[in-house]
Amino acid sequence: MLSIDVTKQLGELKLEAAFQSDSRVTGLFGPSGAGKSSIINMIAGLSKPDRGNITIGNEAVDDTTKGLHVPPYRRRIGYVFQDARLFPHRNVAQNLDYGRRMNRLAPDAAHLQHILALLDIGHLLMRRPGQLSGGERQRVALGRALLSKPRLLLLDEPLGSLDQDRKAEILPYLERLRDEENIPMVYVSHDPDETRRLAGHVVMLKRGRIVAQGGPEVLPP
Amino acid sequence: MFDITPEEWTAIELSLRVAVVATLVSTPIGIAVAWLLARRDFWGKALLDAVVHLPLVLPPVVTGYLLLLSFGRKGPIGGFLDHYLGIVFSFRWTGAALACGVMSFPLLVRPMRLSIEAIDRRLEQAAGTLGATPWQVFLTVTLPLALPGIVAGMIMGFAKALGEFGATITFVSNIPGETQTISSAIYSLIQTPEGDMPALRLVIISAVMAIGALIASEFFARRALRRVHGL
Repeated sequence: MLSIDVTKQLGELKLEAAFQSDSRVTGLFGPSGAGKSSIINMIAGLSKPDRGNITIGNEAVDDTTKGLHVPPYRRRIGYVFQDARLFPHRNVAQNLDYGRRMNRLAPDAAHLQHILALLDIGHLLMRRPGQLSGGERQRVALGRALLSKPRLLLLDEPLGSLDQDRKAEILPYLERLRDEENIPMVYVSHDPDETRRLAGHVVMLKRGRIVAQGGPEVLPP
Repeated sequence: MFDITPEEWTAIELSLRVAVVATLVSTPIGIAVAWLLARRDFWGKALLDAVVHLPLVLPPVVTGYLLLLSFGRKGPIGGFLDHYLGIVFSFRWTGAALACGVMSFPLLVRPMRLSIEAIDRRLEQAAGTLGATPWQVFLTVTLPLALPGIVAGMIMGFAKALGEFGATITFVSNIPGETQTISSAIYSLIQTPEGDMPALRLVIISAVMAIGALIASEFFARRALRRVHGL
């Protein structure tokens, strides 16, 4: 269960959003500048709401009435950014291992093998991020987030910087992820087809407000 | 020509010791200052920036005299350190290291600051979402990505410390075997009749060391670029 009720002033735009979702994939959908990324950054703890509260599972991570703000590194979330943000000074294997080390989790070879197979990245381990294609980079970023064993996976337009062919290459991996891994996801996109394919619950935003929410049928054709 | 006398060896050895100690002590302070200047906004930031750069624009003799006033045995800081910790700077090689450290500090900090500013802060955010505390982010992302710039700063600082003259001679004088570095030895030699040849030897030696440091610094600056681009 993810529960959000926040307001935040973003320059001219006042973001006001309240929703709850039990779905495996919650789609935050809307045009750019609608406030989608701001919401996902608040869920991650990278920014603070002016007022309101956020609950992940049954843990409150933000509550402005109590002055509660759990920093990102204690939220146990995984975040896949549009621009991957792999560490350039580490190879793929070290990037993948980073979250496990920071969270002081025991090595889990079975889990690692499973994620490598799921995302088809086993052959890239010794490469440097600069030597990867855009699609490979996003798959490694997905793997890196999953291997930190998050309780919630946030994806901010993970296909946004890819061309049509690359998008078609990654989407099946995201569907496998949704169907085979037991990790709820929040998926930010401005693409109705992508959102329809992945999301069970859609929150539609426009200029900082929720204009519709429900099943994928609320999406424009 | 290359019969280096024991006195000259002493000056070379002392110069190296002074420059190494000055650089090693300045480095952690330099990294902290570079990080503050690159990443933080705080009251007095412009003042800190100005103080760091002051040795670059003040006449070295003024910096040396200010060190003498504050770190001399009768100075407020020097008196305190002498009385409570038994650390004496005036007319000791440690004082030469202090003067060299202060004089080379702006050159040491600058490449460090630039390399920290060049790091994509979004990488640090990503590390945070993967469970790294701010201190872990600094150690595993910021520091390794800034490392070539840090090394370049150390080399620039080292080269400057090796050649420092004005502040050192003002603060700790020119005592052979204690505070006489290559620079002050050259100064003494060219004031002596027959001193031209030995002075020239030391001039060549210091030029070779300085050029070597510049080449090494350039090498690390290139590596920094490659690293930040993930190749």
